[in-house]
Amino acid sequence: MVADSVKIKTEDLNIYFGNVQAVKNLNLEIFRNEILAIIGPANSGKTSFLRMLNRLNDLTPGFSYTGKIYLEGQEITAIPVEELRKRIGMVFALPVPLPVSVYDNIAYGPRMRGIRKKSQLDTIVESALKEAYLWDEVKDRLKDNAFLLSGGQQQRLCIARTLANQPEVILFDEPCSGLDPVSTAKVEETMLELKNKYTVVLVTNNTKQAARVSDRTAFFLMGELIEISSTSEIFTNPRDKRTEDYISGKFG
Amino acid sequence: MKRLSPKLTQTLAYIFIITSTLIVILPILGVLFLIIKRGLPAINWEFLTQMPKMGMKAGGIFPAIVGTFYLIIGTLIFSLPLGVLAAIYLVEYARENIFTRIIKLSIVNLAGIPSIVYGLFGLGLFVIFLHFGTSILAGSLTLAIMSIPVVVTATKEALESVPNSFREVSLSLGATKWQTIRHAVLPYALPGIITGTILSLSRAAGETAPILFTVAAFYLPRLPRSIFDQVMALPYHLYVISTQVPNMPLKLSYGTALVLLGLVLFLNLWAVIIRTHFRKKKKW
Repeated sequence: MVADSVKIKTEDLNIYFGNVQAVKNLNLEIFRNEILAIIGPANSGKTSFLRMLNRLNDLTPGFSYTGKIYLEGQEITAIPVEELRKRIGMVFALPVPLPVSVYDNIAYGPRMRGIRKKSQLDTIVESALKEAYLWDEVKDRLKDNAFLLSGGQQQRLCIARTLANQPEVILFDEPCSGLDPVSTAKVEETMLELKNKYTVVLVTNNTKQAARVSDRTAFFLMGELIEISSTSEIFTNPRDKRTEDYISGKFG
Repeated sequence: MKRLSPKLTQTLAYIFIITSTLIVILPILGVLFLIIKRGLPAINWEFLTQMPKMGMKAGGIFPAIVGTFYLIIGTLIFSLPLGVLAAIYLVEYARENIFTRIIKLSIVNLAGIPSIVYGLFGLGLFVIFLHFGTSILAGSLTLAIMSIPVVVTATKEALESVPNSFREVSLSLGATKWQTIRHAVLPYALPGIITGTILSLSRAAGETAPILFTVAAFYLPRLPRSIFDQVMALPYHLYVISTQVPNMPLKLSYGTALVLLGLVLFLNLWAVIIRTHFRKKKKW
């Protein structure tokens, strides 16, 4: 990969919560239009790293960090945090629709940025839902409360809501942990389509999911990046013994 | 001594629990029964809409009802915005440190201050120092200060009960902190805030001590014309006619008590209705 395809880059990143170090000395590059999967057991720092990228860690008491993160070569702290979070969207582990209508959920981000015109919002909502493959299922239910959708639909609604912001990067934090296999397959399908337009970072506990959808996979253990490589390489020929043990299910 | 069988101890425990519950609700039923039985005969249109006559021994209690109504509105105007904004600061903005811990502790302690102390404080600050005189303004402010801790506590609980995930989602979509509070937190805390505020108002409506030196008039044969006027108020009126007026017909005292009780219960009923209505709608 050439240097200008680097979307996100971290330099000597250390993340702390109080006295606990969650991520240790991380140097990582994320390329444009790839799906990077991050796997690893609980407490390996995957989610802490992910929440670093859109600065959600800032909300956690006791959080501090050292090192640098670049988005398109610009340090993320130099970008206004609202703009950063618009450019780097996030889908959470459990679907979190706000208790308002499907439409209002999708329109939330654009409205917060001052888009008020109904016709403009209509277009945004429709294209976001289409991109998340939810339009056909909900086009007659836009006024329904989002809580009335099924779990899988709710998660795709959350994806659509993120897409409505027209982000550049989408962070998925174990997006299928609460979903049944059919819904999971749909979300994974959506992700594969998304990488044509977006850069996707997927944190997952499900190594098989990483194998199914990602281009490259990073293995985190106890806050350290043990190995990062193309997904086929990691799953067929891991260099590190610990990666092999984790993937083959010996621990974690 | 032989130990009692588990079955018997269970029955005994049950009996104790039921008896205690009955003892707890008996006084409430007793008060209600007595007030209604003795007060109801006094209630009629004249009693509710006319001025007192013959040294308050006859006629109505209209000015006291109006006065209490004004005081409730005044208290609401001062306590709701201050209490809600303070609670938003404490829950959404303040970091955990000595300063905020002192604030939180003070709020808890404020709620425990005897109401007569608030009355004296109101007299010193609003009536004398700020030259508001004994007035609706001074009385409302005094009652508001007494109510604010309750409003703050209720609002805090309501805000804290909104799932953190709502805040994270809103922020992750690029909303500012204030937009997040305004659009993803406050709407879902509102029922709790309204309920808590109504309950604090119903308590304020029934208080005598805070209005004693700050607003309440012994007898005022006209309605107030501005916020700098004194007013009669139901609790103080009840105190006056029960203790200060010789040969007062008991019926009128109980009638006044019934009106006050009805007002307070009416407010509480609204709080309950709002709470149950929104609890049914709540989906998270």
